[in-house]
Amino acid sequence: MAVDPKLQSDLQKQGVFVMPVEFLYNWSRKSSIWPVQFGLACCAIEMIAAAAARHDIARFGAEVFRASPRQADLMIVSGTVTKKMAPQVVRLYNQMPEPKYVIAMGACAISGGPFKDGYNVLKGVDRYIPVDIYIPGCPPRPEALLHALMTLQEKISKQHLNEARWYKKETPAEFPVPQYGAHDLEPPANPKVWEPPKK
Amino acid sequence: MIPTVEQVREMLATKAASLTVEREQLLAVANFLKTEPQLQFDFCSCVTAVDYIKQDCIEVVYHLYSVALKHGPLALKVRAPRALEQCRVPSLTPVWRGCEFQEREAFDLFGVKFDGHPDLRRILMWDEFVDHPMRKDYVPPMDYEWEPTPHGETLARAKAQGGVVPASVLEAKK
Repeated sequence: MAVDPKLQSDLQKQGVFVMPVEFLYNWSRKSSIWPVQFGLACCAIEMIAAAAARHDIARFGAEVFRASPRQADLMIVSGTVTKKMAPQVVRLYNQMPEPKYVIAMGACAISGGPFKDGYNVLKGVDRYIPVDIYIPGCPPRPEALLHALMTLQEKISKQHLNEARWYKKETPAEFPVPQYGAHDLEPPANPKVWEPPKK
Repeated sequence: MIPTVEQVREMLATKAASLTVEREQLLAVANFLKTEPQLQFDFCSCVTAVDYIKQDCIEVVYHLYSVALKHGPLALKVRAPRALEQCRVPSLTPVWRGCEFQEREAFDLFGVKFDGHPDLRRILMWDEFVDHPMRKDYVPPMDYEWEPTPHGETLARAKAQGGVVPASVLEAKK
């Protein structure tokens, strides 16, 4: 697969670009990661700041916040996921087309953060949906979100077409949406996505 | 018993003005406070509840201000027994329209039923939820399978559930 770098460089000087299809495919995917336009709490304000003029997420091709999950590649879970909101977050994720990625932004989205012991706060969005990048912080600065985006770009550029998760049959196309129960969400976590670490 | 204007004025002069009334008198007192020309409590800024578990009662607190006469706050308090069936208080939504959502919140979190409320539903928790989480005897669901930095009650619950707690935390407690 690999092209001799010297030959590649020589050809490039002649105006001929040689590269694997995979590289072009991944390059075009990573250069236009469109996030879903939704925010959950104060982290969303930092996300908006990252999209505004000073930090300008457009430099990474991710400025097109889509108002529909069907047009989006990336879900930025920006803020506290309350138990009341969790089914809607999972449903939004289910509605996104593959390939799709998730960034858990801030302490609350990672673990519940300062509200962990609250009666209505989910202890981390990774209990229901697979998370690709975690950003710590309360809230993380816009630079941290940009770093997460760059990390995600790196991750995408390393993916192989023949090993892609979304082409595999065993990968579920949909994740079960939790139901509102009498005391808690049912189930409290999706065992296929999350289980407590071993002792 | 409905207080006189002078009594309310005296209360307002103190630091934390409060007026505790019986449930039966609440509506009459509220109407008096709102309509009396010398008091004119035209604004109810806050409705909340306090769970006095040892005294077996729940106290509903209304904070009243007068925008017209620029005085307040006056805390209007009323007590009801803790038992869910008897935990009823007359709604003040007909008097101050702004009480509607806050009374729904007190109902949701404390289980106080407001008689005469136009639309008494849960406002924060989902409709299928049965508990009232701000009550002191509320038991949260057991989801302490993984506690990276537990202490106090959380640590005890994690141990009771057999949850994973880092060894460093357990050693530090010794």
